[in-house]
Amino acid sequence: MKKNKSLFFYLFLSSGILILAFIVLPLLQMIISPSYEMMKFTIMDRDVLRSMWLSIYTALSASLIAFIFGTPLAYLLARSDFRGKRLVESIIDLPIVIPHPVVGIAILSIVGKNHWFGQVLADLGIRIMGTPAGIITVLTFVGLPFYINTVKDGFQDISPRLENVSRSLGASMAGTFFRVTFPLAKRSMLTGSLMCTARAISEFGAVVVVAYHPMIAPVMLYERFESYGLKYSQPISVWLILICLSLFLVLRIVTLDKGVKA
Amino acid sequence: MIKINDLSVSLGLFRLYNINLTIEEGSFFVLMGPTGAGKTVLLEAIAGLVPVRSGSIFIGNRDVTKLPPEKHGVSIMYQDHSLFPHLDVIENIRYGLRYHRLDKCESDRRVSELVDQLGLSHLLNRLPLNLSGGELQRVSLARALAVNPRILMLDEPLSALDPNFRYELRQMLKSIHKTTKVTLLMVTHDFGEAISLAERAAIMDRGRIVQTGTVDEVFQKPCCNFAADFVGMRNIFPVQFKGTKAVTGGLVVELGRKIDQDAGHIAIRPEDIVISNGRIRSSMRNSFQGRVLSVIDLGFFYEIEIMAGEVLFRSLIAKGALFELNIREKAEVVISFKAAAIHNF
Repeated sequence: MKKNKSLFFYLFLSSGILILAFIVLPLLQMIISPSYEMMKFTIMDRDVLRSMWLSIYTALSASLIAFIFGTPLAYLLARSDFRGKRLVESIIDLPIVIPHPVVGIAILSIVGKNHWFGQVLADLGIRIMGTPAGIITVLTFVGLPFYINTVKDGFQDISPRLENVSRSLGASMAGTFFRVTFPLAKRSMLTGSLMCTARAISEFGAVVVVAYHPMIAPVMLYERFESYGLKYSQPISVWLILICLSLFLVLRIVTLDKGVKA
Repeated sequence: MIKINDLSVSLGLFRLYNINLTIEEGSFFVLMGPTGAGKTVLLEAIAGLVPVRSGSIFIGNRDVTKLPPEKHGVSIMYQDHSLFPHLDVIENIRYGLRYHRLDKCESDRRVSELVDQLGLSHLLNRLPLNLSGGELQRVSLARALAVNPRILMLDEPLSALDPNFRYELRQMLKSIHKTTKVTLLMVTHDFGEAISLAERAAIMDRGRIVQTGTVDEVFQKPCCNFAADFVGMRNIFPVQFKGTKAVTGGLVVELGRKIDQDAGHIAIRPEDIVISNGRIRSSMRNSFQGRVLSVIDLGFFYEIEIMAGEVLFRSLIAKGALFELNIREKAEVVISFKAAAIHNF
C-alpha cells in the first residue's frame, strides 16, 4: 500500500484536503478577526445576551418537546410494521426538505385568526406570531426529524428478545419499556436531543417569518450585519459558536458518562 | 401441563399450521427440526409473545391464548442468553421477582440457592459484558428460574457453547429438572442432548409437527421420510411388502414380522449395518454381498457407501474398524443387519 500510490489516490487526497480547508478556513478567519475588546464589548451588550439566552432556551425547549412527544412515535416506528409506515416516515422527514421560510409561512397559516386552530389558540391565550412560543413551535417543527430518526435507530438496535424476556418474567409492556428499553435507549435519546438542539439553534429562515422580535441570536446577527456591517456581526457569531460548542461539549460529556454504564 | 389445540400462527415469513401438542406437567420435552421449521415461533407462541391466528393454548387448566405474555407463567431462555446489558448479574437474576407475589425471605432463599447451584456467587456484581459464554447462559438460566415458572422454555441453550461448557450445562439442566420439577421444553439440534435429557420429543418441519412420541420412539420408529431422514436414518428405501419380506432393488429383506401393506418404506440406521469381509455367523437375518462406493471421513466415524444389488446402503464405522477391515473404494464386502433394526412406514 505504501509504495505505488497512483495519481488517482492523490486526486482523492487533494479533494479531501480541499473540502476540509473549505470548512475550516472561513470559520477560522471569522474567529480570529474580532479583537478582544470587541468580544468583551459585545458580550456586555444586554440585547446580545438576551438574544443568546432566547436562542438557547427555545432550542432546548424544542428538543424537550421532541423528547416527550417524539419518543413514543420513534418506538412505534422501530417496533411495529404496518401499512403506510413508509408514508409516516416520509412525513417525518418533510421538515428536512422543505425550504425554511416555507415552514414559517406554513405555521403562520394555521395559527392565524381566520383559521379555527388559531382561534382555539387565541381563546387559550396562546400567541404564536412574534412570541417565544412561536419560536419554540418553529424550532420543534424543524428539529423533530433529527430527534425521531436518531432515536428510532437507537430503539431498533435493542433486541426485541430482551423485551420478550422481560415480559415473560412478568413485566407489563410499560414496565418493560421503563426498565429495559428506556435505559438502553438513553444514549440515543441524548444524541437525538443534541442533534435536534443543534438543528434548532441554527434555524433562521423559519423563525424570521414567525418572530422577527423577540430576536433570537441568528436574527440579531443578521440585523447587526445589515445595519452595521461585517465587523459588528463577527463578534456575535463567535460568541454564538462558542456557546453552542460548550453546550454540546457539556451534553457530550454527560452522554459519555452514561455510556460507560450502559 | 401444556395443551395446544389446532394452533396456527402467521408471523412475517414464519407460519405454524394446526399444531397439536400435549406436554405433561414436570416432563422434559424436546422440540427438534431443521432451521426455519418454526421451533422458536412455537416457543414464542406458547409464551404469548406472538399473536395467534387460530387455535388455543392451555397452560395448567387455564386458557392463555388471549392473555398477555406476563400472565402465561412461562420463562423463556434464548440461545443468545438475552441478559439485560445495563443490569449486573444479581439485578438480572432478581429482575422478575417483583412481579410475583413471593415472600421476601422465600425469594431471597430461592435466589441464593440458584446462585449456589449454578456457581454464580463470585459474579454477582459483574455486568454481562464481562462474562464468558457459559457464565452468560448460567445467569440467564438463574434469571428464568428465579420467578419459579411452571414452564421453562429453552431455545437451543447449549448450541452456542463450546463442548466443555455444553456438557456442564447439560448436567445442570438435568439436576434442575430433577430438583425443581419444572416442566422443560427445549429446542435442540443435538440428538445427543435430546437422548440424554428428554423423555418425549416432537419433530417439526416447515411449520408443522410431523411426529410426537417418546424420545426412543422418535429415534427408533420414524413415522415418515422426513422424520427418518432428520433423525439420521440414512437408509430409507421404497419397498414392496410380501408377507414378512420387503423387496427392493433386487434384494429381499427379511423383516421377521408380517406387514399389512403392499408398498411402503423401510429405514435402517447406519450404525445398525455391520460390515464384514466375508459371511459371518450371527443371528442377523439379513446379509448381502456389496461393493464399497465411497468412504467419507466424518471425524470420529466414517460413513461407508455400499452398493448391494441396486440399493445404496450407508453404514457408520469407527476409524479402527476401517483399518481392521481394510475397507477401500471398490472393495467387496458383506453387509448384515438384524430384522429388528428395520423400521417400516
